[in-house]
Amino acid sequence: MDIRLPMAAATVDERRAVDRILGPPTTGWEGGERRRVDGHVATGGHAARARRHLLLPVLHALQDDIGGISDGALGYVCERLTIPPAEAYGVATFYGLLSVSEVSPTVIHLCDDIVCRTSGAKELFTALADAIGPEGSSDGTRTWHRSNCLGQCDAAPAAFVQEAGVGRRVVVRADLDRLAAGPIDGRDPAYAAIGDAVLTARFGAPDPADLDAYRAVGGYRGLRRALEVGPDAVIAIVEAAGLRGRGGAAFPTGRKWRAVADEEATERYVVCNADESEPGTFKDRMLMERDPFSVVEGLTIAGHATGATKGFIYVRGEYPDAEDRLRAAIAAAEAAGYLGDDVLGSGFPFRIEVRRGAGAYICGEETALFESIEGRRGEPRAKPPYPTTVGLFGRPTAVNNVETLAAAVAIVAEVPGAADTKLFCVSGDVDAAGVVEAPFGVTVRELLTVAGSSHPPQAVLFGGAAGRFLAPAEWDVPLGYGPPSPPMGSGAVVAFGPGVDMDDIVQRIAEFFRDESCGQCVPCREGTVRQDETLRRLVAGADERGLLDEIAQVMRDASICGLGQTAAEAVSSAIALGLVGGAR
Amino acid sequence: MTGRRTVEVDGTAVAIEPGATILDACRAGGVDVPTLCYLETLTPANACRLCSVEVEGSRTLVPACSRIAEDGMVIRTATDRVRHARRMILEFLAVAVDLTTAPELLEAMAVYGADPSRYGTDDGSPRPDAVVDNDLYVRDLDKCVLCYRCVEACGDDAQHTYAITIADRGAAARVATEFDVALPDSACVFCGNCVAVCPTGALMVKTEFDMRVAGTWHEEAQTVTRTVCGYCGVGCNLDVHVQDGAIVKVTSPFDHDVTAGNLCIKGRFGWTHVRAGVDGA
Repeated sequence: MDIRLPMAAATVDERRAVDRILGPPTTGWEGGERRRVDGHVATGGHAARARRHLLLPVLHALQDDIGGISDGALGYVCERLTIPPAEAYGVATFYGLLSVSEVSPTVIHLCDDIVCRTSGAKELFTALADAIGPEGSSDGTRTWHRSNCLGQCDAAPAAFVQEAGVGRRVVVRADLDRLAAGPIDGRDPAYAAIGDAVLTARFGAPDPADLDAYRAVGGYRGLRRALEVGPDAVIAIVEAAGLRGRGGAAFPTGRKWRAVADEEATERYVVCNADESEPGTFKDRMLMERDPFSVVEGLTIAGHATGATKGFIYVRGEYPDAEDRLRAAIAAAEAAGYLGDDVLGSGFPFRIEVRRGAGAYICGEETALFESIEGRRGEPRAKPPYPTTVGLFGRPTAVNNVETLAAAVAIVAEVPGAADTKLFCVSGDVDAAGVVEAPFGVTVRELLTVAGSSHPPQAVLFGGAAGRFLAPAEWDVPLGYGPPSPPMGSGAVVAFGPGVDMDDIVQRIAEFFRDESCGQCVPCREGTVRQDETLRRLVAGADERGLLDEIAQVMRDASICGLGQTAAEAVSSAIALGLVGGAR
Repeated sequence: MTGRRTVEVDGTAVAIEPGATILDACRAGGVDVPTLCYLETLTPANACRLCSVEVEGSRTLVPACSRIAEDGMVIRTATDRVRHARRMILEFLAVAVDLTTAPELLEAMAVYGADPSRYGTDDGSPRPDAVVDNDLYVRDLDKCVLCYRCVEACGDDAQHTYAITIADRGAAARVATEFDVALPDSACVFCGNCVAVCPTGALMVKTEFDMRVAGTWHEEAQTVTRTVCGYCGVGCNLDVHVQDGAIVKVTSPFDHDVTAGNLCIKGRFGWTHVRAGVDGA
């Protein structure tokens, strides 16, 4: 490929950031010293293009070290990886945590999503605007942006801060002082259990990255049993337990593993979808932060069951603590022989690589996630073919949510109650927001009772922004898969107290989808904008219910992926329940 | 798996070859399915969803242009759901962009009863002006429906130049060069193959653009003459568009097995010398 590079040159620091990931350039063709032989031998071609998947890690390195991606830096990246600059620019501009327009030492992303905005975020915006200037402006060292849900709803309001050359940190129960200089917050995990604690059993461990402590409480029993009984039996165990995907789509996990295992291809992958971004949802973060080995063990079991030798964990970019814990757990597991060329002497080779998302809700969609790992814009693919046939790098791939893998570990390890437990995220107007583990059949009202509330909420959103508002009668319906239970979604339960302006909340959900649509297909790209605008008119008093219904229908029917297909669910349910637009 | 398959399109059995898409099946059955982002010479982008049809057993509608038809599939193209989706997609596009140079879409809007006026008044946000940064073609992003055709033609599907991309996300998504540099500063080689595939006139050769602005572009008064490009030995076919005795544009037939609609800068733009000396130049 003949590449035309931008004229600007990368600075020494920018080159260092890129080389930190790729190693120093070895030939003149990729930006190194021009050697005599380079005039006669070309490099590039397939070998260079096969490194495309390193694009996002390199862009992260520039953002982390420099605070942004200049044209010179992007040119150097393209030279190193043989990527056309336009394509790399398209990728960089897709992601919310990468900046090509500004280089700023400190970027504050302040959450103003449905939970944080009822917990003090709005006041914080005013304070930030006074201190720094309007959104997007800079005071020389800092700039700030509003953010969609950061998955810290148990300690709202929250912010995510990128500091060039320093690191990334999450600030919970944020105030202006903590945003300015606060250290990385230590906090106690907020969780509770109704009945047996299975998935949350180890949440109280003093050091979640301590492998011996994990083993002492039954850790890696599941993998040992899996290696004993073999892949077929493991899949049968998971199928018999009825485990379904906990990311929201509820696909039977055993069937997915079986489909990948039955493919004839020699190479295949397992991927842990840790890009949790559904507003009101933070259970996967808590699992990764508090029990990272269960995720690592689960992915190893999935790899063994499906015949994959390589696993990826795609962790949300706004979850630095979870990423650190996962990396530490993987290193410890490798050192102890739980990962590597010969897992526990069984002859099964398996390795795990962590990939970091860069701020895009859509990358939680499995095929968009593949595109992102492969170094492309996170635009979902057409299905079929399904990932179990054509997945990551075109190979059969099993994608499982974090909680699904943790549950699979407990099921294979024969932990009592393992097949019958689910994590819910209860937040909003409750006394103690947090993760609640409960058996299927629990009701929303019971979950709210555990979290405590001095007054009944005026509305409850179930399943995140892609879920729906529940009528009070539904608060007593046993939760599970299929009617009469409302769709489980991500298991998020957000309560809105009597004082909350529901017009504002529903409008915010419409804005969320408008922001997060990838823009690929017309029904979603334009439909989310029209929904947002039409809802605004409805809130202002116009009767736009008919038009909103029509917009909802085309998004549900004709969008490429689940984002567009569910982008009207919450809004439609709010209108149906009379929560929005006054007494109409 | 090698034999012919039979699908049902709107109640009629249609025999198709393996690998044929639903769109192929519909066309074979004489059923009209509107398309926008689809073009025979390009990989289906799946972006516009205008070709959505109902397939029995499918929860959502299915894009006809890219879905491979399976034996026994029952396809419906004229249901309320399908018509609703197409009407809404056309309305969405008409609200968002200027379709005045997209006659096929205007026609489809009439067929499906699309009424963009019901989305309220223009929000007043400034519409982008056409970008004129070179002498050969013009980009008017206000007419862009983001069908991905130009990006594909510039990249993997034809030219392998990769000068343009989709940048940004969601409603802000747009076709762009790296850092929005002007086309002459980008990797663009001015083959114009992006212009050839643009369905809405968002990409337009400069001569046509200028004449439209001046009100002198009269397509009905033009003749189109097919000839062979004389610049090299490849043998690309040219369609020479002539108005009032002067060449106003050169295109290439999509159904030609040498060019498939593609040309290089010389074939598409290298004809101004024909009039040298005639117009007092």
